[in-house]
Amino acid sequence: MPVVQVEGVHKRFGAVEVLKGIDLTVERGEVIAIIGRSGSGKSTLLRCINGLEQIQAGRIEVSGHGLDPSGKGLRDLRKDVGIVFQSYNLFPHLRVGENIMLAPRIVLGVSKAEARSRAQEVLAEVGLAERFDAWPDNLSGGQQQRVAIARSLAMRPKVMLFDEVTSALDPELTGEVLATMERLAQHGMTMLLVTHEMAFARRVASTTVFMHQGKVWEMGPSERIFGDPQTPELKQFLGSGLK
Amino acid sequence: MIRTFTESEFLFILASARWTLLLTVMALLLGGLLGFLVALARTSRLAPLRALAAGWIGVIQGVPVLMLLFLSYYGLSLAGFDLPPLIAATVSMALYASGYLGEIWRGCIQAVPWQQWEASAALAFSRAQQYRYVIIPQAVRIAIPPTVGFIVQLVKNTSIVSIIGVVELARAGNLVNNATFSPFKVFGTVAAIYFVICWPISLLARRLEGKLHARRAG
Amino acid sequence: MGFQFQFQPVLNRLDVLLDGLWVTLQLAGSGILLGALLGILLAMLRGLSGRPVRMLVDAYVELVRNTPFLVQLLIIFFGVPTLGLRLSAEQAALAAIIINLGAYATEIVRAGIESVHKSQIEAGLSLAMTRWQVFRHVVLAPALARVWPALSSQFVLMMLSTSVCSFISVQELSAQAANIESETFRSFEVYILVTLIYLALALVLRGLLAGLGALLFPAGSGLGRLRGQAGR
Repeated sequence: MPVVQVEGVHKRFGAVEVLKGIDLTVERGEVIAIIGRSGSGKSTLLRCINGLEQIQAGRIEVSGHGLDPSGKGLRDLRKDVGIVFQSYNLFPHLRVGENIMLAPRIVLGVSKAEARSRAQEVLAEVGLAERFDAWPDNLSGGQQQRVAIARSLAMRPKVMLFDEVTSALDPELTGEVLATMERLAQHGMTMLLVTHEMAFARRVASTTVFMHQGKVWEMGPSERIFGDPQTPELKQFLGSGLK
Repeated sequence: MIRTFTESEFLFILASARWTLLLTVMALLLGGLLGFLVALARTSRLAPLRALAAGWIGVIQGVPVLMLLFLSYYGLSLAGFDLPPLIAATVSMALYASGYLGEIWRGCIQAVPWQQWEASAALAFSRAQQYRYVIIPQAVRIAIPPTVGFIVQLVKNTSIVSIIGVVELARAGNLVNNATFSPFKVFGTVAAIYFVICWPISLLARRLEGKLHARRAG
Repeated sequence: MGFQFQFQPVLNRLDVLLDGLWVTLQLAGSGILLGALLGILLAMLRGLSGRPVRMLVDAYVELVRNTPFLVQLLIIFFGVPTLGLRLSAEQAALAAIIINLGAYATEIVRAGIESVHKSQIEAGLSLAMTRWQVFRHVVLAPALARVWPALSSQFVLMMLSTSVCSFISVQELSAQAANIESETFRSFEVYILVTLIYLALALVLRGLLAGLGALLFPAGSGLGRLRGQAGR
C-alpha cells in the first residue's frame, strides 16, 4: 500500500486554478523531489497533502487516512504527515526541547518522560543533541531548521514533506540542512520535497516530478529527468540556470 | 458650620482610595475574564461570533462610561436585585473594561505571526490546543504593556461611580469639599492621590513597551 | 417579570433630550476644536523649544493624563471661582474639556512629530526652506496625517466624556436624561434611549473624522500609522 496517494486533486485560489488534476503516489521509503518554476503549484500541492490548503476536488490519502474536500479526518492525517517550512516556524516562547515535546504530549498523549526521550533521540538524529535547552532565537537559521525537522520527526510521521526548506538560509548554512535530510533518506524515511537544489534532488531522490502550470508535466527516475528531459518545458527549465 | 481641611479630612480622603483600588481590581478581574472571551470570539473562525464580539466592542467604545453605570444601576434593580451601589459600579466598570481589553487583546492575538497557526496546525493541534499552547502564550507577552496602560484609564474612570453614592476618592473629595469648601486643597489632594496611583503605572507601561520593542527589533 | 418597557413617557419628553443633545454637541464641538488646537500648538512649541519649556509641557501632559477628567472638572468648577473669577458651569466644563483633550492631543501629535525622520528635515533644509517652512510642511503635515486615527479616537472619547459634565449640572444630554428620569421614573428606558443617542453620535463623529482625514490628508501619510491611544 502506498504511503501517500493523491488522486485528481484540484485546487483554486479564487478564480485561479493552481492545481489542475494531480495524481501522485509515494511508496514507503521512497524519496520524491518536486521541481518547477514558482507558480507551478508545487508548494501548494505539498500544503494540500498536509491539509493546510483545502482542495476543491479529488482525494488525498495518507496511510489509510483519507482527506476529501469536506476536510474530515484532517487531524488524523496530520499525525502521519510531517511538514517543514521554508521559515522554520519554531515556537519562540518554548525552548528547543519543549518545541519538540509539545506535539507528542498534547496530540499523541505520550508521557512526559517518553516525550523527552523522543526529543533527545530526534535531536541527536539532526545533530543537535546538546541544544536541548537552547532558545530558538539563539540558534542559527540552519540549526533552527534542523530543530524544525526534529520537531516533525518526533511525531513519528509516515511521510515527511519539505517545502523549500533551504530557500531562506544563507548559502553556507544550506549544507547542514541538506545533509540532515540526506541522512533521513538513508534511514528509510518516506520523503516528498519541493526544492530548488537540483543537484541534491538528483542525488537523493529516486523519482523527480516536474510540475508546470498546475500539472504533473513530466515524472520519472531522477537520473532520467535530469539526464534526458523529454518535454521542451523541462528542457528549458533545466537549461535556464535551474530556476 | 464650615469645617477646615485638616489631617482628619485628609485621612478620610486617603482611606476612600481603597474603594477606588478595590473597584479597579474587581473590574480588571471580571472585565478581563469577559474581555478575554470577547477577544477569543473576535478572532474566532465563526463569522457570527466575530460579528457579535465586534458589535460588543463597538457599543462599549461608543457610549459613555456614565451610561454603562446608569444602565447597570437601574438594570440590576429592574431585574429585581436590591444590591448595594458598589455591585452596580463593579458591573459597569467590568463591562467597560471588557470592551477595551477585548479589543486590545484581539490585536495582540492577531499580532502573533500566522505561521505559528500553520506550524501548530501541521502538527495536528486542535484549535483549542493552538490557542492554549502556541498563540496565547505569545500574545500575552505582547499584551502586557497595553494592558498595564489600560489600568490607568480604569482607575480614572472609577471616579464616575461617585454619582451613585459609592464613597471612593472622587466622592470623598466631594463630601469633604461640601463641608470645608476649600476646593483647591480638597480636589488637589484627590488629584494628587490619583496621580500617585496612576503615574507609576503609566511609567511602567511605557517601560514595558520600550522593552518589548527592543526585543522585537533585536 | 412585572416590568414592562414604556418608552412613551420618555418619548413625550423628546424635546428636552434634544435640548440636551444640542448642549452636548456645542460642548463637544468647541471642546474638540479648541482642545486639538491647544494640543497641536503645545506639541509644536515643545518641538521647537529648549529643555525648560519641554519639561513644562511634559508636566502638564502627565498631570492631566494621570488624573480623572471628573476631578479636573471639579477643581475648575469649584476652585476657579474662589480666585475671584466667576465661571458658569458651561464655561467650567468647556475649560476642563480643552485642558483635558489638549494634553492627550499634545502627546499624540508629539509622537507624530518625533516619528518624522531626521533626513526629511535635512532634505527640506537643503531645498532652502526656512526652519518654519520645514516644520510646517515637512514635519507637521505628515505628523498630523500619521496620527489622525489616534487623534480621532481621542476626539470620540472626549465627546463621550462630556457626559461627565452633568456632575456640575451642565444641562447636556445625560443631565437632561436625569431630569426626565426624575419626572417619569422610567429610568431604564431613558438611559437606553440616551445610550443609543450617544452611540449614534459616536458613529457619526467617527464617520465625519474619517471623511475629514481623507479630505485633509488625501495622500495619507504613506508611512503607516501610529497606533491609537487605548481608551480613556
